[in-house]
Amino acid sequence: MSEAIKDLLYHMADDELVIGHRNSEWTGLGPILEEDIAFSSIAQDQIGHALANYTLLNEQFGEAIPDVIAFSRDEKQFHSSQFVELPIGDYAFSLMRHFLFDHAESLRYAMLSESSFAPLAALAKKIKGELKYHTLHADLWIKKLGTGTEESQARMQSALNEAFPYALGMFEPAKYDDELKSENIFEGETALQTKWLETIMPILERANLQLPKLSIKERMYGGRQGYHTEYLQPLLDEMTEVYRLDPAATW
Amino acid sequence: MVILQNKVLEVLGTVMDPEIPTLSVLDLGMITEVNVDDHSVNIRLLPTFVACPATTYIKSNIAEALMQTGFENVQVDLETEMNWTSDRISESGRKKLEAFGLGAPIQIDGVLNLDQIAQAVCPHCGSDNTELRSMFGSTLCRSIHYCNDCRQGFERFKPL
Repeated sequence: MSEAIKDLLYHMADDELVIGHRNSEWTGLGPILEEDIAFSSIAQDQIGHALANYTLLNEQFGEAIPDVIAFSRDEKQFHSSQFVELPIGDYAFSLMRHFLFDHAESLRYAMLSESSFAPLAALAKKIKGELKYHTLHADLWIKKLGTGTEESQARMQSALNEAFPYALGMFEPAKYDDELKSENIFEGETALQTKWLETIMPILERANLQLPKLSIKERMYGGRQGYHTEYLQPLLDEMTEVYRLDPAATW
Repeated sequence: MVILQNKVLEVLGTVMDPEIPTLSVLDLGMITEVNVDDHSVNIRLLPTFVACPATTYIKSNIAEALMQTGFENVQVDLETEMNWTSDRISESGRKKLEAFGLGAPIQIDGVLNLDQIAQAVCPHCGSDNTELRSMFGSTLCRSIHYCNDCRQGFERFKPL
């Protein structure tokens, strides 16, 4: 059972660390001051949530300390979906990714708040309140831009077309899904994806945006098994640059 | 023992949140347990936001403040049995927030929605004719608002 929970925690924490790093790239570059601050705060939350999950891995399962887990693995050892490693693109893409990702996160933690694995359930209860700010923020902007001008609608729609196949990669099934479900630890990625689609569809509809039709083959899976795009390793190189100068340094 | 317990509480009242320096850990409702036994103290500290960078700092500030007052064995542990909510901020804490120029969070009683996030009372003039400008402010625990009456922007401690 511990292998199954570890796999789930790595998947969640790695997604949060990588997207947190990407979102922090908007610091100083946001299109307006409030959005610059919003993306910076969201990034801070996500890196904090990654830290909380790495801490569980360390304290409950004897994995390395969070800094070592975060900064000393290469791309093959990352269980994050390819979705989170894609470059920030234009603001429409980052906003759409934020909307698709944070709704998934919010639903995932709501499910986990009922988990039979008590330490994770406690953390999930705490995190799901914080994520409310993320989803409300995303919903507001999706609506504003989707129903704004012809150009803003077109840019949001093309961001959605581009992001959607990768977003489905967030729900890449794990080989432990059945085990997690039968032990009431987590209902599984497929159940999460269903809830996610039910949640985002009406919001997108109100924002004049349509989900692209995709065949199953077009889902961007692989990240969870360590298969990544060309974008992850350069991100990790940059993120770990200072750490690698002196891994034993204390701060 | 009661005297010692009061002494500890008195010291805790001087340990401030580094981001809102007029608010102590007691005002914030961050202390869930204080156990005093002769000269050793055990304290349970309830962290606020998961990603709050001040938690470790506050933890060591508590230990330092108590040791300076003469307690030799000070143990501060993080409380994981319950979750912090802004409803834990005391009445005097709310007044201090407003005196500091920050709006106080509305009571949420376990449910958080957009109305509660948007409804803020201006800490400068007391008006509730205000609007939400951004859900994210200069620190994780603040949102940005604007007062239509005194025409000033202000930040508020977020309800959570």
